[in-house]
Amino acid sequence: MTNYIGKSVKRVEDKRFITGQGNYTDDIKIPNMVHAYIVRSPYAHAHVKNIDTAEALKVPGVVSILTGADIPEAIAGVPCGWQVDFKNGDTMKEPPHPLLVRGTVRHVGDGVAVVMAETKAIAKDAADLIDVDYDVLDAVADPKKAAEPGAPQVHPDCPGNLCFDWELGNPKEEVAAALASAHHVTELDFVNQRVVPNAMETRGVVAQYDTAYDKYTIWTSTQNPHLIRLLMCAFVLGIPEHKVRVVGPDVGGGFGSKIFHYAEEALLVWASKHIGRPIKWTCDRSEAFMTDAHGRDHNSNAKMGFDKDGKIVALQATTFANLGAYLSTFAPAVPTYLHGTLMQGLYTTPKVNVDVKAMFTHTNAVDAYRGAGRPEATYLLERLLDLAALEMDMDPAELRLKNFIPAFDGVEQPGYQTQVALQYDSGNYEPVLKRALEMVGYENFRKDQAAALSTNKILGIGFSTYIEACGIAPSAVVGALGARAGLFESAQVRVQPTGKVSVYTGSHSHGQGHETTFAQIVADKMGIALEDVEIIHGDSDSVAFGMGTYGSRSLAVGGSAIVKSIEKVLDKGAKVAAHLLEASVDDLDYAEGKWTVKGTDKSVSFGDVSLTAYVPHNYPEGLEPGLDFSSFYDPANFTYPFGAHIAIVEIDKETGATKLLRFIAVDDVGNVINPMIVDGQIHGGLAQGIGQAMHEGALYDDTGQLINGSYMDYCMPRADDFPSFEIDRTVTPCPHNPLGVKGAGEAGCIGSTPAVVNAVVDALWKAGYKVKDIPMPMTPERVWTAMQG
Amino acid sequence: MIPISFNYKKASSVDEALSLMTDDAKILGGGHSLIPALKLRLNSVDTLIDISKIENIKGINDNAQSVTVGGGATHASIASNSALAKAAPMMAEAAHTIGDRQVRNMGTIGGSIAHADPAADWPAVLLASDANVVIKNKTGQREVDIDQFFTGFYETALADGEIITAIRIPKTAYNANSVYEKFKQPASRFAIVGIAAAAEMDGNVVKALRIGVTGLAEVAFRPMEVEKELIGKELTEANIDAALGTIANGVSVMGDHYASEKYRTHLAKVYTKRALLRLK
Amino acid sequence: MKNKISVNVNGKQYEGEVEGRELLVNFLREHLSLTGTHIGCDTSSCGACTIHLNGHAVKSCTVLAVQADGAEVTTVEGLATNGELHPIQEGFKEEHGLQCGFCTPGMMMTAVDLLKSNANPTEHEIRDALEGNFCRCTGYHNIVKSIQYAAKKMNGATA
Repeated sequence: MTNYIGKSVKRVEDKRFITGQGNYTDDIKIPNMVHAYIVRSPYAHAHVKNIDTAEALKVPGVVSILTGADIPEAIAGVPCGWQVDFKNGDTMKEPPHPLLVRGTVRHVGDGVAVVMAETKAIAKDAADLIDVDYDVLDAVADPKKAAEPGAPQVHPDCPGNLCFDWELGNPKEEVAAALASAHHVTELDFVNQRVVPNAMETRGVVAQYDTAYDKYTIWTSTQNPHLIRLLMCAFVLGIPEHKVRVVGPDVGGGFGSKIFHYAEEALLVWASKHIGRPIKWTCDRSEAFMTDAHGRDHNSNAKMGFDKDGKIVALQATTFANLGAYLSTFAPAVPTYLHGTLMQGLYTTPKVNVDVKAMFTHTNAVDAYRGAGRPEATYLLERLLDLAALEMDMDPAELRLKNFIPAFDGVEQPGYQTQVALQYDSGNYEPVLKRALEMVGYENFRKDQAAALSTNKILGIGFSTYIEACGIAPSAVVGALGARAGLFESAQVRVQPTGKVSVYTGSHSHGQGHETTFAQIVADKMGIALEDVEIIHGDSDSVAFGMGTYGSRSLAVGGSAIVKSIEKVLDKGAKVAAHLLEASVDDLDYAEGKWTVKGTDKSVSFGDVSLTAYVPHNYPEGLEPGLDFSSFYDPANFTYPFGAHIAIVEIDKETGATKLLRFIAVDDVGNVINPMIVDGQIHGGLAQGIGQAMHEGALYDDTGQLINGSYMDYCMPRADDFPSFEIDRTVTPCPHNPLGVKGAGEAGCIGSTPAVVNAVVDALWKAGYKVKDIPMPMTPERVWTAMQG
Repeated sequence: MIPISFNYKKASSVDEALSLMTDDAKILGGGHSLIPALKLRLNSVDTLIDISKIENIKGINDNAQSVTVGGGATHASIASNSALAKAAPMMAEAAHTIGDRQVRNMGTIGGSIAHADPAADWPAVLLASDANVVIKNKTGQREVDIDQFFTGFYETALADGEIITAIRIPKTAYNANSVYEKFKQPASRFAIVGIAAAAEMDGNVVKALRIGVTGLAEVAFRPMEVEKELIGKELTEANIDAALGTIANGVSVMGDHYASEKYRTHLAKVYTKRALLRLK
Repeated sequence: MKNKISVNVNGKQYEGEVEGRELLVNFLREHLSLTGTHIGCDTSSCGACTIHLNGHAVKSCTVLAVQADGAEVTTVEGLATNGELHPIQEGFKEEHGLQCGFCTPGMMMTAVDLLKSNANPTEHEIRDALEGNFCRCTGYHNIVKSIQYAAKKMNGATA
């Protein structure tokens, strides 16, 4: 009855969602609420000469129209949460990011004015009547072009559009020397294109100011309510933190894009007091395309050297990373500490150097998107490996097996120290690849591939063996790397007098199933029924503190915090039980929800102990009443999931149309609490990673226009784009957290992208078209063009 | 997304709809071309006249010489109609590739061809079928030969104040032997190229042939030279290849970020060949 | 200008006054507080707003509320009967066909429409039928399984 860990328990949160009772931000209605619509720049770069709101103000039902000039100077812009300084020690460039522009727009979608009206329709009608006089300026959208002399400048105080430059690993000269003496060097210039997160629920905010309590409440579709509160109160509005309640209600997917503190949140909170009415803003999808922080957008050159046996001798990676026009919350960390640090991969490469230039452009901000930096690192490494295998006429699986770091469990054997700062916790890499090869039927596939060469449908196979770093921590380390927040997690386990348990976690679920997985841990560890546990999250007034959910951190960090609190509860419970049983704590066993005196049938139930703790008539002397504990867990290290992904594609030689025939993923995410949920996380990650390879990509033209900012142009992957996924896992526990878990949210997205591109390159190469790269997304025309020679 | 305000008028018959017509009114059929444009405020209207409730323009009638498809027939009803499946199988095949399941349940053939999106499917199919478009206006009824219907980029022979009440698909030997091949834009699911082909065969030899091409140019068209070249010939790969060189003659080929002019032209050839090779 | 409408939603008759431009999805969400039907895009693409109009799955973001005058509408809130989950709802729960839940109502409404016309769809037919419904969480893998579960259950029940 109480054995829940490791079981595919059906999700407890599902009932409200399948009956239409989910409560997302746009579902929230407050009496007297007005609706906001934001007027956004249609230009990437322009001076705003004048904003005429006179006609708009005449529209019946308009309550207020505000522009940047109406916002007090004391209100700062949107802050950045991470500081990465220049190589030479100079401070990172951190240009202001006002809530509404003052004078200059810097990307299409930059907020110019906000209209608040009785209905959204009226707000929109009025917005159409606002006359903004723009003086249009030259723009730059590409990060490499932004670095060229004479490029249009995004900010006056950021010469050369450089936010910072950054380097990690062995000295460049050493890497260059190793490459120079290598038997073979594989070199690739490529773009890891910009993608749009596209959570199905667009962002939304409802803000309310309560004059009686002098308190603000904001409902926002966020992945981390407390972080929003902290950033908004301390850095933007200067409101005391205890006077703001931030609620992240049901949130319809995030994928990174809802981590960040957005201008609309602070704008509505401030405006709700300014106009004296609650305000709702719900982002249109077209607006989401222009303003939800995008992902990826790296322009890279990479060189990997091999000795004659195929051992990697060195890696040089050089990247221009596009940060967009403004610094989003975690933007500086993504191309650096979440990217450069992963360039060791699963391999024993002795010399690694990563060089990154972080660029401002006249585009929407780029920040963490599922995987955040790690997919870009994996893409670089895994593309090079498959390409090197083709160039050296070696088997890509063999080439990897030759270079894998030998197994280490992090307990008997120490963690693996990379050349790029990290120490891997535990790893056993051969089994994931071997299992994937077994599942794919590798030898048979190569026979099928050879047979298909004589037809119009050629076949290819692509590999990717990846590692990622999750549960970003500990705080002291991330602090040293530039994070302006700690990255721990909090948990409160509150036992009610009847023995029912309420758990308050600082993690936030926006699809990951916390209400089930966390309840499984609590029920299992406490020996009580799952129904007797409730997981509460997402409200800064009920949860003490929290850092939220991203970076596959919820279970490893948030789950571990819960375990700590459970231990405290059971320790105290044992003291009460010992008193009731007239025994010593050391003589008690706890199992199945009761304390038993060893070797006897004398026992007392968890429920009775709970009641005693709250009705302490017969109670241990000196012990406080109550059974309610909080904990803050700050991990010892990141966790390092890994895996092997294999894609098989079929290409129509006449059109270049590529079909994904099979996708095999063997992942190792450490211990697994709920296999069903973990599988679901992998599936979703795979779809996003494959989507990037085959379908998705935000396109900015040279004037900074986003030319495919709708679902009619930006290709979202659909059901008929995928086969059923074939997945399996190995288990290498994390040695440093109490659950032995590593994190599963991003794995699928990190490993899959290069496997698909490698499969297409393999197909083409085997058919005689020796192309090194197909730019993503690999549209039929791009594949077809590659075959035209 | 909310349209700019407009007046709404519901018509319960075509005559009522025509009587409600004013200069700045537009007809609302299934709404699946018009409402998206209104929502994005790419378009605005003073008055919408809703003809979606008029039952007698929704049906599909199997007559002796033709199948008459009501202008208000949904794509879904066309996809599942047995008379059309026999008389012009390309109709059902094309209907099933339009939009998605929900769009097909609501969108209508009349609305689609009145909108005349250059990447829509119906224009190719109707051109290949030699359809007639039945149009009503305040003064009466007229029929327009499909070859004269699509006149330009989002332009048709439909005059202001007119309503498409039906499309007549002739029961011919070539329509009974017809196919539709489509290369979809993966995001919008409109056609990058869509090829409808209908042929009457005399043994292995082509007796009559009509091809409709959508997606390639600013307006759907028939590649007359290709049709002519294949009359009297067998539909072998070699014959088809020899005929396809002229497919884009005289038209202005479209290109965009997803498919360039060169690639679109190539696809038109590949998909025309695939369509022709399926004809019996 | 306001238009009077009368719509049967989930078996209940509602009278309302709406502007011509009011979308059906907005009417359901704002006037009737049936917020289970969601808005995920502005181009009639994503399917989060899928409902049944006179028994057929349609995108309620691309239907005017006035067009639903006199019609029967079923939304996700109307799927369960007397507190008993519809097989499709059960399927989504049993097969983990949802994560964030935002696309789920629309997915289920499309799936029910499919199962009405094809009681035993193949995997290919299911994926094809979901062409107009986007999910960003599940990779569609378990959505397909959820619909297969419902098909099996519904066939068992009627057999």
